[in-house]
Amino acid sequence: MTSNHPKPDAATLLEIYKRATLIKQNDERIIKMMKAGKLVMPYYSPRGQEIIPSAISVSLDDDDYICTIYRGIHDMLAKGFPLGEMWAELAGKVSGTCKGKGGPMHLTCPSKGMMVTTGIVGSSMPIATGLGWAAKLDGKGRVSVANFGDGAANIGAFHESLNLAALWKLPVIFVCQNNQYAEHTRFADSTLVDKLSTRAAGYGMPGVTVDGNDPDAMFGAAKIAIDRARAGEGPTLIEAVTFRFNGHLLGEAGHYMDKELYAACQAKDPMPKLRARLIAEGIASEADLAATEAGIDAEIEKAVDAAMAAPFPDIVELKRDVFAEEIA
Amino acid sequence: MSEVKQLNVVQAINQALHDAMAADPKVLVLGEEVGDKQEGGVMGVTKGLSTAFGERVRSTPISEQAIIGAAIGASLGGYRPVAEIMLMNFIAVPMDMITNHAAKLRFMSGGQTNVPIVIRTMTGVGFSTGGQHSDYLEAWFAHTAGIKVVAPSNPDDAYGLMRAAIEDDDPVLFIENLPTYWTPGPVSFQKVKLGQAKVALEGTDATVVAHSRMVVEALAAAKTLATEGISLEVVDLRTISPWDRATVLASAAKTGRAVVVHEAVKQFGIGAEIAAVIGEELWGKLKAPVQRLGGAFAPVPFSRPLEAAFAPTAADIAAAVRKAVTA
Ligand SMILES: Cc1ncc(C[n+]2csc(CCOP(=O)(O)OP(=O)(O)O)c2C)c(N)n1
Ligand SMILES: [Mg+2]
Repeated sequence: MTSNHPKPDAATLLEIYKRATLIKQNDERIIKMMKAGKLVMPYYSPRGQEIIPSAISVSLDDDDYICTIYRGIHDMLAKGFPLGEMWAELAGKVSGTCKGKGGPMHLTCPSKGMMVTTGIVGSSMPIATGLGWAAKLDGKGRVSVANFGDGAANIGAFHESLNLAALWKLPVIFVCQNNQYAEHTRFADSTLVDKLSTRAAGYGMPGVTVDGNDPDAMFGAAKIAIDRARAGEGPTLIEAVTFRFNGHLLGEAGHYMDKELYAACQAKDPMPKLRARLIAEGIASEADLAATEAGIDAEIEKAVDAAMAAPFPDIVELKRDVFAEEIA
Repeated sequence: MSEVKQLNVVQAINQALHDAMAADPKVLVLGEEVGDKQEGGVMGVTKGLSTAFGERVRSTPISEQAIIGAAIGASLGGYRPVAEIMLMNFIAVPMDMITNHAAKLRFMSGGQTNVPIVIRTMTGVGFSTGGQHSDYLEAWFAHTAGIKVVAPSNPDDAYGLMRAAIEDDDPVLFIENLPTYWTPGPVSFQKVKLGQAKVALEGTDATVVAHSRMVVEALAAAKTLATEGISLEVVDLRTISPWDRATVLASAAKTGRAVVVHEAVKQFGIGAEIAAVIGEELWGKLKAPVQRLGGAFAPVPFSRPLEAAFAPTAADIAAAVRKAVTA
């Protein structure tokens, strides 16, 4: 990493912590609700990956586009996805952002640039590429971020998207969140390359591998890629190395998991680490952070209560939004 | 444009694309070889567009998933892309983009987003192109909620349906037929509303429901049958999904006999749905069982006689109608 690598200032670092804390506490609340049987859904927890979108999104505006995957609640919350509409959607309620018709794997919020959440591995990339094309045609300096996993780097859509985005010099940031597993498969069991970023060279674009759990490194890599995209210089591939603490799908037994790796990653949990750093560097006091965390919990609580109290969609919704015109 | 011109299907679609791009700066065109540097498409359908509209027309690498993905993304960003998949069989490659994304994003987002793209593609038996370059696969898409399917049988509808498809706020699959590409016909430059069938020929004894090249075969059958004193009505579906039940049912109710014809494999083809609905709605009013004609349950063969036997012909249609009339 070069010395002119951009670093987050104190306020930015604190903002990264706030976004990451929202993600963490929201995740904990979801799990609690699911364990209590009050929320029934497939849940792919992003716990452990909080820093990545938090450190990226501080350099994004509402009208920058993002596409993400079933595990992408962290990407959405960092981008400002409204909590109330998110929770109502998770509960399948009509007040949900998608009227309860999308659910956790298809959360969408265009006003925050959250354009597509896909349940299909790899499919965020071609669409984010198209959003990049729209952004380029608009000429307003908007960028498009494609989030995907390490497993998705092995699907054909990855190749097609990176090649096209590079060829057309599109303002796309490809963010591969390498949490070291794809379902139950270890990263090394599905590819021989150590660093997915090396693949970028094959498409004529810059590629970088960073510690996604390190806010400085993540912020810097994202800032460089975003600035480059805004300046019309084309796409970048960022491999953000991280780890997921709650396995693939919530509730799984996790027998496939390498126990040593798990323990080592847990010892390096980025959340308490960043919290301690903020205090050590005098960016925030213990009391400040406790107040922030309590405020976030209160916000989540409000969203949960409203979601639980909201009605389910009317059955007529089956006929709506299939096409612009209601089905007869 | 109010005058009527003689154009073939290639020219009619080319004109529709020119007119749509001139009318709306948000209309884009992308696909393999669509630019003038590559001669404006393998059949010249997109000729002149890149010269006239520059960066709004982009030749792509051979990347069907990225072509449809880019079209979807650009449409979410406010554009109206017309994406070309060179031949219908190649649509198997970007199926995920089409069926899981283009068709579903409006519903899954609760109406917050929509995907106003047109996917142009071309197909048909008749040129010995064999098993991977000839198939009609419209049933795959008619079976998918959220995407419209259109298949014109003549230059006038090709122009009008293309203009309407581009203006439609939902994804539209636009199926062109290769063997009839160069058949000229009058073009009136009027938009043709999606979802509306057309009575291509009025008759009283039996109804043939068809689309794309099978309309041409049905009209030929009608000529033969007329010499035998049988009056055939031909309904051109034009839009396969959502299909015009009212027009089809009115015609079948009037003649009391229906034959549904398509070039696609008969088994589980769209004819099964249409025949079933006619049966459900007109039970007791029909004078003969509804019949279906369609392609053989086989890949399209290469050898001339085999290929010729694969899809229904005018003679097959005439025979089915005679059977219905004498039932
Ligand atoms: C095309 C496709 N194949 C398989 C699956 C099933 N599946 C869901 S998630 C997943 C693993 C993906 O791993 P990765 O890309 O690393 O993302 P992560 O879940 O680790 O965030 C698989 C195989 C799918 N959803 N889509
Ligand atoms: Mg993974």
